[in-house]
Amino acid sequence: MRPILMKGHERPLTFLKYNRDGDLLFSCAKDNTPTVWFADNGERLGTYRGHNGAVWCCDVSRDSSRLITGSADTSAKLWDVKTGTQLFSFNMDSPARAVDLSVGDKLCIITIDPFMGQSSAIHVKRIAADLDDQVGESVLVLKGPVGRINRAVWGPLNRTIISAGEDAVVRIWDTETGKMIQENDKDVGHKKTVTSLAKSTDSSHFLTGSLDKSAKLWDSRTLTLIKTYVTERPVNAVAMSPLLNHVVLGGGQDASSVTTTDHRAGKFEAKFYDKILQEEIGGVKGHFGPINALAFNPDGKSFSSGGEDGYVRLHHFDPDYFRIPSI
Amino acid sequence: MLWRPEFHGRLISVNDMFSSIYFYDVVAVGISWLANRDDDDLNEEDSLEFDAGFGSIIVVDNLPVVPKEKFEKLEGVVRKIYSQIGVIKENGLWMPVEEDTGKTRGYCFIEYNTPQEAELAKEKTNEYKLDKAHIFAVNMFDEIDKFMIVPDTWAPPEDRPYIPGENLQHWLTDEKGRDQFVIRSGSDTEVLWNDARQVKADPVYKRPFWTESFVQWSPLGTYLATVHRQGAAVWGGASTFNRLMRYAHPQVKLIDFSPGEKYLVTYSSHEPSNPRDTHRVVLKIFDVRTGKVMRDFKGSADEFAVGGTGGFNGVSWPVFKWGGGKEDKYFARMGKNVISVYETETFSLIDKKSIKVENVTDFIWSPTDPIFALFAPELGGGNQPARVSLFQIPGKEELRQKNLFSVSDCKMYWQSNGEYLAVKVDRYTKTKKSTYTGFELFRIKERDIPIEVFELDNKNDKVISFAWEPKGHRFAVIHGDNPRPDVSFYSVKGGKVLKLTTLKQKQANALFWSPTGRFIILAGLKGFNGQLEFYNVDELETMATAEHFMATDIEWDPTGRYVATSVTSVHEMENGFNIWSFNGKLLYRIPKDHFFQFLWRPRPPSFLSPEKEEEILKNLKKYSKKYDIQDQDISVLLSEQDREKRKQLKDDWERWVNEWKRNHEEEKMERQTLRDGEASDVEEEYEAKEVEVEELIDVSEQIIQDV
Repeated sequence: MRPILMKGHERPLTFLKYNRDGDLLFSCAKDNTPTVWFADNGERLGTYRGHNGAVWCCDVSRDSSRLITGSADTSAKLWDVKTGTQLFSFNMDSPARAVDLSVGDKLCIITIDPFMGQSSAIHVKRIAADLDDQVGESVLVLKGPVGRINRAVWGPLNRTIISAGEDAVVRIWDTETGKMIQENDKDVGHKKTVTSLAKSTDSSHFLTGSLDKSAKLWDSRTLTLIKTYVTERPVNAVAMSPLLNHVVLGGGQDASSVTTTDHRAGKFEAKFYDKILQEEIGGVKGHFGPINALAFNPDGKSFSSGGEDGYVRLHHFDPDYFRIPSI
Repeated sequence: MLWRPEFHGRLISVNDMFSSIYFYDVVAVGISWLANRDDDDLNEEDSLEFDAGFGSIIVVDNLPVVPKEKFEKLEGVVRKIYSQIGVIKENGLWMPVEEDTGKTRGYCFIEYNTPQEAELAKEKTNEYKLDKAHIFAVNMFDEIDKFMIVPDTWAPPEDRPYIPGENLQHWLTDEKGRDQFVIRSGSDTEVLWNDARQVKADPVYKRPFWTESFVQWSPLGTYLATVHRQGAAVWGGASTFNRLMRYAHPQVKLIDFSPGEKYLVTYSSHEPSNPRDTHRVVLKIFDVRTGKVMRDFKGSADEFAVGGTGGFNGVSWPVFKWGGGKEDKYFARMGKNVISVYETETFSLIDKKSIKVENVTDFIWSPTDPIFALFAPELGGGNQPARVSLFQIPGKEELRQKNLFSVSDCKMYWQSNGEYLAVKVDRYTKTKKSTYTGFELFRIKERDIPIEVFELDNKNDKVISFAWEPKGHRFAVIHGDNPRPDVSFYSVKGGKVLKLTTLKQKQANALFWSPTGRFIILAGLKGFNGQLEFYNVDELETMATAEHFMATDIEWDPTGRYVATSVTSVHEMENGFNIWSFNGKLLYRIPKDHFFQFLWRPRPPSFLSPEKEEEILKNLKKYSKKYDIQDQDISVLLSEQDREKRKQLKDDWERWVNEWKRNHEEEKMERQTLRDGEASDVEEEYEAKEVEVEELIDVSEQIIQDV
């Protein structure tokens, strides 16, 4: 089917997130307004105004009532999804990079960039059910990784936090003690900045994408490397199909070194790989800049991609897609 | 050799002086160059290390012996002579004196800034006559060692037992009849088999830092040459690649084998000490098997940079062109108004004279016979016409000559069997504002060498590319001024030029004939981004069209069965190579970052007589049966292996998934607690309730007035 082009952002896209029901799509971009769209027809539903800097990441609660966003304006904000009003603002003193709500939506990870001599850190905040009880204090602060922490997500049962970033190392932290439990094996790990991380629906495994032109699939509990997907371009975004054994990698030649020779030279394709065989099975073209964000609809029947070009492209799969033989 | 003991006494301090330089160079010594140290005898290694330190020092012998009073005067004279040649280092002139008398000893040391200056000084002042009694004997400091080890009494050399060499042609005996190729990417150089049946490349030998600039196969494929700072080396062998010989030539830049791979020509150019001078050029010709220098040439870059553009530092490479087919009998180079032809028996000029050709700008040997064609453009504003001549060696007879008028440029193309010579002539139109193109076809093997004049249908078409069919009688031309030019095929069989066909509007700018003829690739490189069209000239039909995006190089394997297209590091991206079958089917592709070179290993010509080849061609069905069966077996095996592998992967995956499922189940209750008792993980277990919500938005009262 023809993709739906959603032009609502004026700057490059940074992140995409579907809500649990798969009817809403939240998009973050370097312009300051996260936007929510109908995931079915791409109609714009509303925006969340209040940030003063690029918005890097967002997460939505299980019941789709609250949205949390992390921004370069050194704040993370909690919004009412329905009305678009700001409920609370966490002041982080440093650009917020990744946010992730825990199982049960009572806790939230917010990572901050290294800034003004301050090192990067992973903060855990409590999200109160009643807004009057909401406080800004962190219940846990994790430090250690060098450089930006591009993604941090909750492990199974909120017992662990999985983080990855500029130092190319994937780490697992214990949320009880605040200690690091594990680092990935250096020999098999990424060689360059990890740009993205996507969990499976059941949190049992996750996929990391890196500028070293590969994506890797890990076990969330043991941090064992299971699969590696090799591509020809730096990977900015990854996603896993909840329905089929497919993974999608997006990226492309760095925007600053895009040549003027040919649009094909950049390879701004979303590439589909067989999750098990690690073989490329197809690609979706369209963006005219690197892909920065990818997300699968929880029903696995559509996916969206956000590019450096400022567009969100919403793709509903053709019936043919579901007939791709697996193995 | 009066100074010998003295020299020994000083050695340590001299050594200290240069220890820093020495250290630097040892570190920089190419790894491969010094690899396999064990099998080198000690002397060779020592001289190598000395090379590193004292290369810019010379020893001047046979100076007058003068008393103390005249020391300064002598020093002044010596300094005057030697500072003309290059810059002497500070404290770089050292004239030892006898301790008790203060008399000089009749020799001195001079150190220059560069080894090149020292080399030049040695060359220029050796046998320099200061006066009747004092004729300088100049040597490189490095060579002292060489003279030192000469024993006082001569002893006959020991008989060395004969060690049979390896079969250097062993790769040709491959059971599967595969071909090899070498690739260079990053710091690695790798030789691989092209295993097209298994659609993959099978590694043979890999070595990091094998070469310091590039690699090159010898023309018959026996050797692989590597290039290092200290010189060139060749590698080969039955099972792996051993170093067979080294050819010392500091700072070697370019190398070239003779067609029969008996000789190797190496080239280097050196910065002049005086920036106004031109570069100095050194060429050496080695015997490939013995490593002996057969002849060396030195001179300024100007002498070697006549005619031709491109090449390295203005020199068009190869400087020496080899003639006379595979026997390597003659080689020639073009000078100003001359062509110098040498023969390899004595490595001297034939008849001790060069052939004088006024204003010659290009010459090219026949690939098979000792005949060369040359081109000399018009002279004196058109008073003397341009001409193309054929010369036969060793007689230096002019076999044929053709005068051409109002010529702007000329290009000569030999057919690979030396049967035809095509000369593309660009002529000015009457107004002299534009040019048009014609061809002169020489039929070499016929009596009196008849010339056929031939023009394209539209003679104003620009000719973009021209190529003879190898061993054949056809040629292809890309011509036209459109963004998409036309491609035409012609046959010259029976003395007549016959047009076979013209393909209109092709995205092509380069022609690549299969080495066996019949098939050709029309390639659109550069601006066309790597368009490929595989064309069968016998049937005049396109077999396949394809694209290797951004491809920079195309090379047929020596058998004409496969084609390699590659993207080298002139592009930042897409680096790597593809292997295609002759009919345009992509077999496999290997991406490699920083990809520099792809070279098929050449094969020597077949030993089969043309009759035998004909017979094989006739009974091809019979012969091919065996190979068809093998192909079949392999494809069955492959699909079997593939299935196995997939099954294995699938099973492994299932194991993971099952474990995850189990974990997920176990943790179900805990998740439920975390979610305040919300029961399900899955959407379907929700109960959909319809809730009607009424919201009062606004209430306003308005009195509606009757009209």
